[in-house]
Amino acid sequence: MNPDEIVAAVGESRPRIEGRLKVSGSAHYVADLPMPNLAHGWMVTAAVSRGRIRDIDATDALAQPGVLGVLDHRNTRRLNPDIAHHFGPDRSLPLLQDEVIEYAGRPIALVVAETPEQARAAAAALRVTYDAKPHDIEFSMNHPATRPASTLFGPEADTGDLEAELAGSAMVVDELYHTPEESHSAMEPHVATAWWEDGHLYAFDSNQGPFGISQVMASLFLIDPERVHIRAEHVGGGFGAKTICGAQIILAALAAEHLQRPVRVALTRRQVFLATGSRPPTEQRVRIGADADGRLRAIHHHAAFAQSPLAEYIEWCTEQARTLYAAPAIRTELSAVPLNLLPPCSMRGPGASPGSFAFESAIDEVAERLQIDPLQLRLLNQPVVSPVSGRPFSTRRLVQCLQEGARRFGWAQRDPRPRVRREGNLLVGTGVAAVAFIAGVFPSSAAITAETDGTFSVRVGATDIGTGARTALIAVAADALAVGTERVRMHIGDSDLGLAAGAGGSRGTTSCAFAITETAKALREKLGDSARPVTASVDTTPLINWQPAEERYTYSAVFAEVTVDPATGEVRVRRLLGMFAVGRVINPLLARSQLIGGMIGGLSMALHEESVRDPLTGRLVTADFAGYHISAHADVPTIEADFVADYEPQDPSGFNGLGEIGNAGTAAAIANAVWHATGTRHRTLPISLSRVIERAAAQDRPEAVSVA
Amino acid sequence: MRAFAYQRTTQIRDALNLIAQHDGARFLAGGTNLVDLMKAGVESPARLVDIRSLALGEIGETPDGGLVLGATATNSAVAADAQVRLRYPALSQAILAGASGQLRNMATVGGNLLQRTRCAYFADPSEACNRRVPGSGCSAINGAHHNHAILDWTEHCVATHPSDMAVPLSAFDAVVRYETLDGTGEIPLSEFYLPVGNRPDRETALPDGALITAVVIPAAAVASKSRYRKVRERASYAFATVSVAAALDVQQGLVQDVRLALGGVASRPWRARLAESALRGGPATAERISAAADVEIAAAEPLRDNAYKVTLARNLIEAVLTELAADAGEESNG
Repeated sequence: MNPDEIVAAVGESRPRIEGRLKVSGSAHYVADLPMPNLAHGWMVTAAVSRGRIRDIDATDALAQPGVLGVLDHRNTRRLNPDIAHHFGPDRSLPLLQDEVIEYAGRPIALVVAETPEQARAAAAALRVTYDAKPHDIEFSMNHPATRPASTLFGPEADTGDLEAELAGSAMVVDELYHTPEESHSAMEPHVATAWWEDGHLYAFDSNQGPFGISQVMASLFLIDPERVHIRAEHVGGGFGAKTICGAQIILAALAAEHLQRPVRVALTRRQVFLATGSRPPTEQRVRIGADADGRLRAIHHHAAFAQSPLAEYIEWCTEQARTLYAAPAIRTELSAVPLNLLPPCSMRGPGASPGSFAFESAIDEVAERLQIDPLQLRLLNQPVVSPVSGRPFSTRRLVQCLQEGARRFGWAQRDPRPRVRREGNLLVGTGVAAVAFIAGVFPSSAAITAETDGTFSVRVGATDIGTGARTALIAVAADALAVGTERVRMHIGDSDLGLAAGAGGSRGTTSCAFAITETAKALREKLGDSARPVTASVDTTPLINWQPAEERYTYSAVFAEVTVDPATGEVRVRRLLGMFAVGRVINPLLARSQLIGGMIGGLSMALHEESVRDPLTGRLVTADFAGYHISAHADVPTIEADFVADYEPQDPSGFNGLGEIGNAGTAAAIANAVWHATGTRHRTLPISLSRVIERAAAQDRPEAVSVA
Repeated sequence: MRAFAYQRTTQIRDALNLIAQHDGARFLAGGTNLVDLMKAGVESPARLVDIRSLALGEIGETPDGGLVLGATATNSAVAADAQVRLRYPALSQAILAGASGQLRNMATVGGNLLQRTRCAYFADPSEACNRRVPGSGCSAINGAHHNHAILDWTEHCVATHPSDMAVPLSAFDAVVRYETLDGTGEIPLSEFYLPVGNRPDRETALPDGALITAVVIPAAAVASKSRYRKVRERASYAFATVSVAAALDVQQGLVQDVRLALGGVASRPWRARLAESALRGGPATAERISAAADVEIAAAEPLRDNAYKVTLARNLIEAVLTELAADAGEESNG
């Protein structure tokens, strides 16, 4: 084909290449993959929040039909106790190693049988007794155990003289914001099938990055990483809950080794809630000082989050405070509070989503108290360079997002006064929030083979968790190779494909696209008229500049319109608009879909999501979708997500990630709109009807009916 | 595995005999609640007697102008029935406010009345629950009870009845018809659900082994001027926080008849007779509506974390009656 005839694939809207397989039920997820001689494991979890297992009496369970064995801490092989994960040491990973329990839901046994039903029934016959100890789930940033969080992501900000600037400010907002424990709620429950052959561990696992998981599994089982082979071809969502090495694959691998046959562990929805990960609750104090004209003088954001005593974690809530606005003094602090809770893991814009809710609510409060339009306040305080590091931004199209969003949303017509817009019994309000989300790439590798039939086999350990990453990477490869997409054969989702970023941190596609682009470049240099296949491979590790001269972020502005019925407390979002600056967009159709999904996640966080624990036992009460509410279809309004033209100069193709930014700003925009509708500032999520309902609502109604 | 027998019957007598002859046998209709509870380990019947093939699916009229809803008529069928929509609009609205299309296609009239509370502690066999295991205690009373009862609860149980359908049926004085091996019987819905007392596991006055055959709704002119409003924690697909079924008939400026029942506030649909009395015979003014709401809610005793439901119930009674009064005003003016 003449290269001049090739239409660039990047920038084109194309549906997911595997879409037909998925909607016709032909795409095989982990639990669908057949396996001869398969045994089934049923996970048993701790019923106390802290204590020790006194005894696990498996007599009755073992006597049940089909039961092959019961694994617990007394008969399970030793795993590496000195294991680390993304955020540091992680003692939650070595399962079934001791009798210690630090949270309700901790996996404590696995019952294995010929069928899942037999395993489940036998698990019900397992008699577990505990020596319970007093537990602590009372989260507060003033908890005696509160300590500085890990600084793995770098030091917190501290520039200028904060107290002096606050003292010199005409007005200071000083408020506390709270977000609850939340659950990821991906559609596909966590599932793994594992088996061993000749000292090699093989697994199908529902995860967000098989290469990373393979490294953790190798370390956990103390074997050569080359001997661990993990595949995740199709994954039904993760939202961060599958970035970690899950209990399902650890237990399946333990049982498969113990029984010398393949074992599948498929979690139920309830077990997913109890045992896989959560977003921790946060408490955040935001102090912002400003001059009367709206210029910010001081920003102080102190965020605390809960974590487990078993594992280090970082809910990096302070990103907005150090990036969004210029101020002579900026200080951020991050604290961790170890409690007897399910160990948290990254969830839908970790840190940024709860952090943005607090910080962008506080900014709105500045505008409210100074009686300045909240959009204007945000525009007024835009920094020229990073307000903390002093480095320039590689690209920063936030102002364009705010201005174009305001134009489309009709912001200019907005009456800034709260509680003035009414439609019948409903109060109507609008709100805005700005977001910055850190961008970059993680080391990844790719290999591309020019086949003799004119096609190109691209091998990259990327994961497609439903976002369309596979389709996006095909377009990237096609353009990099200067061929049509029909000549690209994409192979992803396999740890054997080598080092690759997982689908997380909004960096999966960008990282793998970088590797593919560099590999294509290398391959094109090698290509001659060879009659044999030619392969090139590149590992981007040495190519990544970890100290770039410029700060790299994506940006968005989110606008929301809500209605509130003060008599019932019902809040409905009527309109959502997000304008995004996320570099050059690979596939607008898929990108828009992902951003809309993220905005629905943000809506859900704003109004609905909350994990509730029993105040006495610490056990999760909302361990199903009847109790843990996510937004239903009827809650989701017309959503518009669109892009401002952008190009990321740090990336050879101009790309940035967009996986999570859709989520990040939506809750603050909605909370600000609820304030505008009602005149009441909601500083605690979710903004549920119990918090919004007004006792005096009846007198407040415009038209009380009188029939005489 | 938990094995159980399954049997489908076409004759009421056979169904009753199967239940009488087998310990632990249960009727199965739509299965939308029972099967869930079996999966959760809350219910473990030894035998399921499938009654969906019994000839109990009819929706018909009574000689005096009321309606008979056959016990196995699906929720979807009842909600869509032209007579129901015309004469008892709140009933149709209530059914459509519940569950999902798929569930309503399976769920039946009888099953809806007999569904169990959605208290999370009831649904979890590892928790104490007097309703599930008498004498084991109540985890909810000091636990997570944000959406539990505010009326008529006892220290033994604070759960609510989840049905939407039963709320307008209560307002319309519906009667439950049943059959046992000894013959047929009737129980007014107002006496069908037992007060919680100290035995919350005893939920209904239905005799042992009885099969609900129909629900009869008497004729009532007021019912055609009725509506159902359900407030819940999201726009759809959630159980009620508080719901109201109300009907209001205003003639010459005076309340001729009024019906009011609440859902989500007690262990049974709550017929608001105090509010009805306060309104009947007088003008439907905003003040009197407000006073009626107050008088009904005066008995409410919220738990630690659900006082907002008292406000909500009060406001919702007021809002729905105000809307109905406005409709009546428009009718008389137009």
